[in-house]
Amino acid sequence: MGLGFALGIYLPIAEISVNVFVLFFMGAAVGFLSGMFGVGGGFLITPLLIFYNIPPAVAVATGANQVIASSFSGALTHFKRGTLDVKLGSLLVVGGIAGAGVGIYVFVLLRELGQLDLIVSLLYVVFLSTVGGLMLYESLQAMRRTRAGQLSNLKKPGQHNWVHRLPFKMRFRASKIYVSIIPVLVLGGAIGFLSSIMGVGGGFIMVPAMIYLLKVPTNVVIGTSLYQIVFVTAFTTVMQATTNQSVDIVLAMLLMTGGVIGAQYGARIGQKLRGEQLRALLAMLVLAVGLRLAIELFVTPDDVYSISIALATRAAQ
Amino acid sequence: MNTPAAALILIIALAAGQQASAQQLPGNKETVEIGLSTDTIAITSGFRGTDLTVFGALDNADPLIQRQGRYDIVVVLQGPERDFVVRRKDRFFGIWVNAESVSFQHIPASYSLASTRNLQDIATPKIFGQLSLGVNNIFYEPIPDGFGSSESLKEFTKELPRLKLKQRLYNQRPGDVQFLSSTLFRATLSLPANVPVGKHIARAYLFRNGEFLRESSTSLNIVKAGLEFRIYRAANQYSLLYGLFAVFLAVVTGWMGRLVFRKD
Repeated sequence: MGLGFALGIYLPIAEISVNVFVLFFMGAAVGFLSGMFGVGGGFLITPLLIFYNIPPAVAVATGANQVIASSFSGALTHFKRGTLDVKLGSLLVVGGIAGAGVGIYVFVLLRELGQLDLIVSLLYVVFLSTVGGLMLYESLQAMRRTRAGQLSNLKKPGQHNWVHRLPFKMRFRASKIYVSIIPVLVLGGAIGFLSSIMGVGGGFIMVPAMIYLLKVPTNVVIGTSLYQIVFVTAFTTVMQATTNQSVDIVLAMLLMTGGVIGAQYGARIGQKLRGEQLRALLAMLVLAVGLRLAIELFVTPDDVYSISIALATRAAQ
Repeated sequence: MNTPAAALILIIALAAGQQASAQQLPGNKETVEIGLSTDTIAITSGFRGTDLTVFGALDNADPLIQRQGRYDIVVVLQGPERDFVVRRKDRFFGIWVNAESVSFQHIPASYSLASTRNLQDIATPKIFGQLSLGVNNIFYEPIPDGFGSSESLKEFTKELPRLKLKQRLYNQRPGDVQFLSSTLFRATLSLPANVPVGKHIARAYLFRNGEFLRESSTSLNIVKAGLEFRIYRAANQYSLLYGLFAVFLAVVTGWMGRLVFRKD
């Protein structure tokens, strides 16, 4: 901040002093991207916080907290437009809460073993490089197709897969599907698990899974996914607060305020840009963040020894 | 950002008379006293660390020994005891992973020392060992887990004070106890920015001709003040309410964003 904006603020839970503007702009930049691409942004916020020396446990818990804000306003919009399947979403929430409960338990265990930071980084590297790679591939294909003048057809309606042969079927009117509740619960559970360990909403996995696995029509996918994310991240936030005391509301407020403002402008810009190019850009960004995290795993640390308060008697950490 | 006071000055209570607990060696009438003007220090969240000045008195000193400068004083401020884990990273398939670890119990979270001279010039290592005085003489008690070999115990016991010194939570300042007169002395200790809250104990050790005479102690409570610390306390004491409030804040922020920027 060349103008001497060095407004420091002490984060009570992360226990470090940070620059208010850096965090506000971080929130705004991720909010801008999430508005532009229609993603939650949790998968960018959490690694960025870790790069900014926020302890990973706090970054994950606070990441989940800030996802609520952007997802809530999105879900509300979709609810008013009627592009939200409450029944399907609620079933996903049931699975999600179960998955998040298991996730919190694993989170505490990893923290006690001193392996949390490593596992969080590894999960991010795997997911960011996979999702980023697939998105880049898909968008480059789409760009090639448009250049060749072909129409892209992503969805083949009416085609059924193995998912549709599972028992306990249920009818979801808003989505116009008749599908077993098993894959719905499993999908919700998997997203909930990732939400609690990685501090993400999980929309980047949920949306393609709903489209390709459950054959949910694209117009209700985003709204229903956001609906599930609001509830699961809210549950995760409360669980993180009670078991790990690692939710930093000062940090979350800075990120959310920036995020909400950034998202509005992002959405406006997003409507003017071409879809494939936008997706290719996001894919490259996702890959870059993943690569940065991967490099850190291999770089020799300054000090191979570290000290921390034993968790059983932890009073201040 | 609030700048902390350059130094927290704690004035002596020049207590007359000896403490009942003070060891009484025959023929040694010297007494050492330190006193603090306050029993509580409140530090705010902008605290970046500071010097803590402690005044003390050496009474009934032998004027001859005093002139020869053969009285030595060591002042220590020791933080609350906690359990700590020391971990070592090893390489697995090129990735650095926390591998071996040793837990220690009843370790002072912080330890600030000031002395008239270098410790090795004051008395023999044996005496410091008996007194557990000095960063290298604190008793680092490992919690036995049945796994660690004696070599790794030794290795981690050596790393613990090094890591604490690196974090500035442990520090030693030889030469920072100074006599202001024949009886009055001043010790300057470092309170690091990350000083732990809780009950700290200040101790003064008196040496004469390389021989330990007696010690006296007093306690000091360090608390954190300010909004940030109240948030911290709320997160720990009322964690469920805190979590629900965090969710509520997020929902309100999301909803406000919609109201302010609504176009549809």
